[in-house]
Amino acid sequence: MSRVSVPCHVKGTVALQVGDVRTSQGRPGVLVIDVTFPSVAPFEHTSTHTPAKWVTCLRDYCLMPDPHSEEGAQEYVSLFKHQMLCDMGKVLELRLILRQPSPLWLSFTVEELQIYKQGPKDLGIWFQVSPTLPASGQYAFALQSPSMTFPKWLSHPVPCEQPAPLLEGLPDPSRVSSEVQQMWALTEMIRASHTSTRIGRFDVDGCYDLNLLSYT
Amino acid sequence: MLQEESDLALIIAQIVQKLKGSNLYAQLERQAWASLQRPEIKLESLKEDIKEFFKISGWEKKLQNAVYSELSVFPLPSHPAAPPEHLKEPLVYMRKAQVLINLRNPNYENGDSHSFRTHLGLIQVPLKVKDIPELKEFFVELGLTAGQLGIDDSTQVPPELFENEHVRIGQKVLSEQDSAAAQQYIRQGSPTALRAELWALILNISSQPEDILYYEQLKTNVIQHDLLVDSLIYKDVKLTASNDDYYFVFEDYLYQVLLCFSRDTSVLGHFAYNSASPPKSYIRGKLGLEEYAVFYPPNGVIPFHGFSMYVAPLCFLYHEPSKLYQIFREMYVRFFFRLHSISSHPSGIVSLCLLFETLLQTYLPQLFYHLREIGAQPLRISFKWMVRAFSGYLATDQLLLLWDRILGYNSLEILAVLAAAVFAFRAVNLMEVTSLAAAEAVLADLSTLKVMPLLQIFLFATVT
Repeated sequence: MSRVSVPCHVKGTVALQVGDVRTSQGRPGVLVIDVTFPSVAPFEHTSTHTPAKWVTCLRDYCLMPDPHSEEGAQEYVSLFKHQMLCDMGKVLELRLILRQPSPLWLSFTVEELQIYKQGPKDLGIWFQVSPTLPASGQYAFALQSPSMTFPKWLSHPVPCEQPAPLLEGLPDPSRVSSEVQQMWALTEMIRASHTSTRIGRFDVDGCYDLNLLSYT
Repeated sequence: MLQEESDLALIIAQIVQKLKGSNLYAQLERQAWASLQRPEIKLESLKEDIKEFFKISGWEKKLQNAVYSELSVFPLPSHPAAPPEHLKEPLVYMRKAQVLINLRNPNYENGDSHSFRTHLGLIQVPLKVKDIPELKEFFVELGLTAGQLGIDDSTQVPPELFENEHVRIGQKVLSEQDSAAAQQYIRQGSPTALRAELWALILNISSQPEDILYYEQLKTNVIQHDLLVDSLIYKDVKLTASNDDYYFVFEDYLYQVLLCFSRDTSVLGHFAYNSASPPKSYIRGKLGLEEYAVFYPPNGVIPFHGFSMYVAPLCFLYHEPSKLYQIFREMYVRFFFRLHSISSHPSGIVSLCLLFETLLQTYLPQLFYHLREIGAQPLRISFKWMVRAFSGYLATDQLLLLWDRILGYNSLEILAVLAAAVFAFRAVNLMEVTSLAAAEAVLADLSTLKVMPLLQIFLFATVT
């Protein structure tokens, strides 16, 4: 399962609030986080260009089951391509809209946001939700029009090369490889049956004279 | 669905890895080899025939019990990006609070203004606790329509109504040797005659020669090495169990269990899911060298005042020291460690305290407010009950009925519910006291209380 990390730039969180942020007493309950991908080639002007539009990929995904309590407050969450409502093939920008209706928390956000690609068109998102989660997140992603040219390796996976014809006299490689595989399977079996049970000694070289005691 | 399947595959792989090193694996292998002699095992269908043989001969049951016992302590599958500390304790401020000064979530707003969430108790951490409707659902087998040992076995109730049938079912469960069924059965209480075996079945303890040998090795360690914690244990036993009317006869057993317990390095395994960490040290002269790093005490648990009370009630059930030791060790790494480590687990002591205070504040607000006014925060009185799991406070038969339910529900929340139920029972007297000392005096003697009627009334029969 090869997973390729997509470099992304997470812009600062923007609170959505009615009125002046400085003077009003209440804390904002909605946050917006924008994520851009610097490695994606900028789109080119062509005659068939249609403008990019925002598409909702995930609606009301609940991160904290109870917004007033700590359950799930500092959890690691993964979102996968199969959970998305739309095709994640051509993504320019990601926008995470976070909602936290409970007034008990001073702040809320998601941290350690990481985006991964598995295979040419897969997109998975991992992130840790920081102290006090939003109660639900609504995630919207922008999709670019088909005129965007993606690097070739994304849309056309490289075909496997055929092996070169053998020289005479050498053993058949497929037979050799299957035999080697059997030997390797045996060694793996021996290695796998290594137990994790402890020996259970606590003295080292017959002594247990301690220096100091510390809590890690 | 994909995620659940891959989670399940991961759990299965981890349990298999854990069981591979165990005694059961070696025994199963030996049995499989021996079974090849049998006529019904054919070469063409070798795998199926051996599986069939295991089913008939009861080995499958043993494997089932072992897997079930691993699942009971198994932590939830962790996210690949999560560090290992996250598995022990997900909340960062709880991890940092292991050397406790005060416990506070830095992101939690707890202003002076009385909002809908004002909590008048001592615990100010917003953990999720169950309320009475959820507790009713959780403890449904304790309901008014189900028979209970502790209520329906009293002398006024004819035994044909419930007790005889319950004992018969208990004997059947024991003959089937099924852990999961035993755990379900014991929720309605365990007959005294069957209790020792039922607890051993639920905790998956079977006294093998290897276990007895292990215990003997620990005893040799006791003779060879002296530890400072031995003095702590002596002092604790002398101060608590030896002074207790019920437990002073077991003083000898307590030493045999606790001194060996301190030297048992297999207990270190439970720190994988315990939020605490064992204190580490280095052999003298080798400071900083990781090969000479050891845990002190060898099992990583420093005993505290009252620790021996976890062992004392078990002495009524088990008379053979090695079995008593195994049962205590398993009870400790499954339940008792949560009573003295800071964590956000629903059975951890912080959650139990919060559950107790929330129940009291919600269902007995007048009492709660009155006690708070006179300077007797209810948690100050009930804390010691919960930390010791009521050992030493209740009569022994009642205590064992309570611990039956702890095993049956695999959770310690019943301790908080019982504490609230005791306050509810003595509410009339408590409303008249005017000081903390007087409140303590009202609640000083719990030895006459009957546990199951109290729980039933509080959960199912109180008009809220």
